[in-house]
Amino acid sequence: MLLIPCPFCGEREESEFHQGGEAHIERPKNPDKLSDAEWADYLFLRDNKKGLYLERWVHRHGCRRWFNVARDTATNEIKTVYKMGAKPPRGLTKGRAK
Amino acid sequence: MSQVNRLPDGGRIDRDQSLAFTFNGRRLTGYAGDTVASALLANGVRIVGRSFKYHRPRGIVGAGPEEPNALLQLETGGRALPNQQATRVELYDGLSADSVNCWPGPDFDLMSGIGLFHRLTPAGFYYKTFMWPASFWKYYEHVIRRAAGLGRAPTAPDPDHYDKMNAHCDVLVVGGGPAGLAAAAAAAASGARVILADDQPELGGRLLSERAEIDGGPAMDWAAAAEAAIAGTEDAIVLKRTTAFGYYDHNFVGLIEQRGAILPDGGDRSRQRIWRVRAKQVVLATGAIERPLIFADNDRPGVMLAGAVRSYVNRYGVAPGKRVAVFTNNDDAYRTALDLADAGVAVAVAAVVDVRHDPSGDLVTQAMARGIEIVDGAAVTGVQGSRGVRGIEVMGLNEAGDGVTGAARDIECDVICSSGGWNPAIHLHSHAGGKATFDAERGIFLPGETLQAATSAGAAAGTFDLAGCVDGGAEAGKAAAAQAGYKKSPRRKNPKIATEDEAPLRLIWTVPTTAPTGRRGKHFLDQAHDVTAADVQLAAREGYRSIEHAKRYTTLGMAPDQGKTGNIPGMAVLGQALGVDNVGDVGTTTFRPPFTPVTLGALAGRDVGPLMDPVRMTPIHHWHELAGCTWEDVGQWKRPWYYPKDGEDMHTAVSRECKAVRDAVGILDASTLGKIDIQGPDAAEFLNRVYTNAWTKLGNGRCRYGLMLGEDGMIMDDGVTTRLADDHFVMTTTTGNAASVLEWLEEWLQTEWPELKVFCTSVTEQWANATICGPRARDLLAECTDIALDAESFPFMSMQDATVAGIPARIFRISFTGELSYEINVPASCGLSLWTALINAGDKYGITPYGTETMHVLRAEKGYIIVGQETDGTTTPQDLGMDWIVSAKKDFIGRRSFAREDNQRDDRKQLVGLLTDDPSTVLPEGAQITETRLERPPPGSTVPMIGHVTSSYHSPNLGRSFALALVKRGRERIGENVYLPLDGGVARAEVTGPVFVDPEGSRIDG
Amino acid sequence: MASAPRMSKYSIFSLVRNALAYHEGWEQVWRSPEPKPEYDVIIVGGGGHGLATAFYLAKEHGITNVAVIEKGWLGGGNTGRNTTIIRSNYLWDESAGIYEKSLQLYEGLSQELNFNIMLSQRGVLNLAHNLHDMRELERRVNANRLNGIDSEILSTAEIQDFIPIINTSPKSRYPILGGSLQRRGGTARHDAIAWGFARGADQRGVDIIQQCEVTGIRQSRGKVTGVETTKGLIKAKTVGVVVAGHSSVLAGMAGFRLTVNSYPLQALVSEPIKPVLDTVVMSNAVHVYVSQSDKGELVIGAGIDGCHGYTQRGSLHVIEGQLGALCELFPIFSRLRMMRQWGGIVDTCPDASPIIGKTPVGGLYFNCGWGTGGFKATPGSGWAFAHTLANGEPHPLNAPFTLDRFTTGKLIDEHGAAAVAH
Repeated sequence: MLLIPCPFCGEREESEFHQGGEAHIERPKNPDKLSDAEWADYLFLRDNKKGLYLERWVHRHGCRRWFNVARDTATNEIKTVYKMGAKPPRGLTKGRAK
Repeated sequence: MSQVNRLPDGGRIDRDQSLAFTFNGRRLTGYAGDTVASALLANGVRIVGRSFKYHRPRGIVGAGPEEPNALLQLETGGRALPNQQATRVELYDGLSADSVNCWPGPDFDLMSGIGLFHRLTPAGFYYKTFMWPASFWKYYEHVIRRAAGLGRAPTAPDPDHYDKMNAHCDVLVVGGGPAGLAAAAAAAASGARVILADDQPELGGRLLSERAEIDGGPAMDWAAAAEAAIAGTEDAIVLKRTTAFGYYDHNFVGLIEQRGAILPDGGDRSRQRIWRVRAKQVVLATGAIERPLIFADNDRPGVMLAGAVRSYVNRYGVAPGKRVAVFTNNDDAYRTALDLADAGVAVAVAAVVDVRHDPSGDLVTQAMARGIEIVDGAAVTGVQGSRGVRGIEVMGLNEAGDGVTGAARDIECDVICSSGGWNPAIHLHSHAGGKATFDAERGIFLPGETLQAATSAGAAAGTFDLAGCVDGGAEAGKAAAAQAGYKKSPRRKNPKIATEDEAPLRLIWTVPTTAPTGRRGKHFLDQAHDVTAADVQLAAREGYRSIEHAKRYTTLGMAPDQGKTGNIPGMAVLGQALGVDNVGDVGTTTFRPPFTPVTLGALAGRDVGPLMDPVRMTPIHHWHELAGCTWEDVGQWKRPWYYPKDGEDMHTAVSRECKAVRDAVGILDASTLGKIDIQGPDAAEFLNRVYTNAWTKLGNGRCRYGLMLGEDGMIMDDGVTTRLADDHFVMTTTTGNAASVLEWLEEWLQTEWPELKVFCTSVTEQWANATICGPRARDLLAECTDIALDAESFPFMSMQDATVAGIPARIFRISFTGELSYEINVPASCGLSLWTALINAGDKYGITPYGTETMHVLRAEKGYIIVGQETDGTTTPQDLGMDWIVSAKKDFIGRRSFAREDNQRDDRKQLVGLLTDDPSTVLPEGAQITETRLERPPPGSTVPMIGHVTSSYHSPNLGRSFALALVKRGRERIGENVYLPLDGGVARAEVTGPVFVDPEGSRIDG
Repeated sequence: MASAPRMSKYSIFSLVRNALAYHEGWEQVWRSPEPKPEYDVIIVGGGGHGLATAFYLAKEHGITNVAVIEKGWLGGGNTGRNTTIIRSNYLWDESAGIYEKSLQLYEGLSQELNFNIMLSQRGVLNLAHNLHDMRELERRVNANRLNGIDSEILSTAEIQDFIPIINTSPKSRYPILGGSLQRRGGTARHDAIAWGFARGADQRGVDIIQQCEVTGIRQSRGKVTGVETTKGLIKAKTVGVVVAGHSSVLAGMAGFRLTVNSYPLQALVSEPIKPVLDTVVMSNAVHVYVSQSDKGELVIGAGIDGCHGYTQRGSLHVIEGQLGALCELFPIFSRLRMMRQWGGIVDTCPDASPIIGKTPVGGLYFNCGWGTGGFKATPGSGWAFAHTLANGEPHPLNAPFTLDRFTTGKLIDEHGAAAVAH
């Protein structure tokens, strides 16, 4: 049971939140220009990293705000949280460039 | 004579409070403060049960959660409790306990014949046999299942209830022994909010069982003072009878508190309470668990742990025997000998058998001074007495510790106190990812690195002397408080504690006999599961070399005691068999929660029965209830399913409701529909992106149906959205998807399109909705409002603000039945008033309340889909023939996926209607559709399916049955016949279009 | 050069014979060889699926110069952490095909492996608590029957007869409206599956190399050439990866991504009690499933945790939720106690169906994404994957389960059949 520091509400129980998958996956600006494979890449392919992982959470039963979390998926340690649209803090770069 | 083994005085029991109980039907008495185990021992009961596999007689071994044998069945009926460790159950008046796993009783057990075949049943024998003939396993299994298991489940629902507390603290201290008390006192003195949890009815931990002194007085006086200091601190919570069972991520610890119903008449108190504690810092002062020496026939009743015997003598005033031998590899067990020697004339110490040569610690010297015989450099090589210890055979132990020397000598005794040293209880440390390090010198695992904000103190950290425990505990408590932000550190007076000098122990994992292990007596590692050293050696020989393989193969440590005494010796035996000297190199097995078993009902807490999931009710719920409706569960909502009148069955009631709507007027409570208020200058643009159709040009006061897709192009939800103003819409969703659609909208707005100025608010519960529907709906509404209702003033797919029955309302002219229909939304608090006003005014038009079933029939007659029924996550708008709602001019979520190969397939399933040959056949929803008249495939083959029935009803309006279906190339098949294999026959049906009533839409204006 | 199969056979006779010799004479169930520099086929992952693959490679295809590489101890991943449920009543033809193949293999497996896997075909009952569930059950049962899979609908009264201790009261929060029963479904002893396949593969010459972690996947010109391990480079032109819980990590080493996400899946057992429940009961709507093991423990599971990760630890609130549902279904279980809880890591695909087949790297094949359904698929998955490795092309049974389906859109959506799992 994680204790998640919502950037808007403070630390709250995991059961108040919903995890929304990998962070920093942008919807392609012009889907029609993509091949089926590129579209599938956006839709389905994921890093699913073991280790430092940048993910999105929503405070479902709280402020309803989405935010990003940098968490180590091997230990569950939460390194930091940061708001939507913000770049991951220095030193926490994604495993795979996008 | 009762309580033959009760010492004349001493112990922490209340001798003025006598408690009667029964054991296997025998009436016995004990005292308040006893456990069932201490009371049984006081009464001279030696055999408490039979073992799991060999049905050997077994007695009490321990005095706490380490007990492997004394698992009792308590009480009967709905209050039955199987497999209760007698050492952990506080005695109460009227308690009834029975042995498990024996018949007719533990003293004479007919199943013990199984033991005669023990040579044929080594570890894992069942993997090697019971395979012939192949079909017979089910018979073998039946017998095995009946023989296995331990206690019996209750036979009636649990009459008790359970509850939960959520708690936050700065420092949680687990364990109220010397280290825990010192830690909690130090942390509390620093100003930290402290929770101290201990599993016993009184604090003190090991001090309860020892004759230790602190500051020149009884150590329990010091404990009482420490408890008072902690309890006197603001915000401190002291929890007794409370076991920390699991340590979870981010410093979350689960505790279970025994509350009421320790006694059967616990009254209204919850029986147990789960504490869900989130601590900033945790101090684990969980103590240590003594491990036995593993010698031949070490399971005979009367073989006990040395520390446990001390507990019985000092804490409970019970001497488990008259003539007691001690078998040890360390100095601590000498305390048992000394305590017994001081206990009076009732008990004698036969001898101390020490595997060490010339033991020399202070305690040894004291024992010698007391005249206790010490047999050094020796081993117990056999136990006399199969139904209870009568004596031991002792031989010299060789230098290597793997063989015996000299002549055997018999020593008469009735109890053997066995001690192989103490293992720190690192279970909680390990639960949440903490590592263990092995101390080869002492043969123990110590808490290592952890992912949590936890420190271990006292015996749990490998500090076994009292002064060290108190000091280490205080340091840990102070440090934890400081870490939690309480740096104030009051001066602490170190208590004066005399420390005996103790010599190191000698590690002997399996005590040898004159024969190889397993050939002369059995060396039990896990008495609860009858796992012997020979079993582990066999596992190693057969190649189950990993400790995990060996554990699983032999079932070592898998019983209710979870191997608290046997796991470490078991690892050592495996290590020896593999030629690994250091037990630490065998590997560690991860301890998993719970530390001791936790009641399932307690973990469920209050979330059972009606509270299992909240019931959502509309404001009109009670009217429906009074009207005698039947209910349909739709998500958490209760919705009226249909309203049977006297004697009506479902079919009759639904037919009546259906006719009423098509012929006169019906009324539906549609309050459960999801409603989302969407505002902001970019609201229309936002809808353009989330719906397949275009929204920019929708006029104010106009309504439009929309389909929402996932990015995979599959239908996710649908509903009507109405424009209230340029920058204001109200969206409706399906009842079941209201929350997920709002979340979906928020996700896109917040994460992908933050530039859009749009706000979404759930208003589902703010509005009640009464939908009146049918040719007389306009007449009815006209009686309740003064706005113009003719089709020109108030056209289909529009909305008006009005007053209905004196209530401000939004009226939507939309229809899910194809009839003239008004969906009247009013503030939820006015829902019931609106409903009753409409019912009263509608009386003369034959107004008929209808439920979800009728709604489904009527919408299906019109070919209107229900998301989740006509769709299943693999259905596109094109499949449903809804291309008309898919804009080609703009992008929207899911559009790109249409171009994928699979979406372009020409044999996709399409929505069609079905009419069975027999008009009275109502096909089951979910029936599969085939092209051939085959009820079942011939063996080894399959029948290709071309689709399935999604909706199917009897229509009173059509006077026959009809169905909707998804069928491959369905639209091409219209006019053709298909087959439906059903239970007991194959139905034939003609494929039709999906609209059965009023395809021209002529009824929509009434 | 494969060593000749060793022929020691388990039977009541061998048990008696060995008993007379104090069980000193039993052979090792498998060897512990050092890796050779090169194999014809390397299978990464010594769980049930990997070991089954090796067994069928040897048995069905005569390929015995095979190494199974396991970073821990064999059978130590999800094989040893699941709730041992076996069934084949899946909705779509593709899934029905492979799960039914698996069930059929299970039915003869004790004899085939000469290792008692304790297959207990005591039936698997799926409960329905609302009209939507009932429609889905009906659809699935009808599809199962036409696919030759035994499946039947039970009414509430029939369920009460079948399981006397279940709560079918119409007053319960979500009353039971009916259920579907697959009588051939049931449970098996999970460790025995891994050990039996390991022993069978080893007897046929397969090297099972434990405590050997793969650290890299060697490639040349788009084709796999071997794997780097903690015991050095091991070469092979064909590599099959079956590492549930770590599929993405291995894919990352090979330079591509998968469609899987990894989640903890928790389970727990109660203390052992005398038999009270003689079938497997599953409920998607209230999220719990339960059976009773031969040892007497209730084996209880639920859906996956909501939060992706690799910790093999779940959150307590997930357990608390499932036990509320359990006590509602079986009120007499309330006073029983949880004895042990644990978690495994499941790799889930967006359509709740697995990936078994080719990857962007030549000669490298993946078998992953079984989500919560892996155990029941073990023999079928291994059988089909062995065919794929032996022939370089999938068998028709696993041909639909390509990675490519996420590009074409031809998904096999088994959320309905797999929702709670297993």
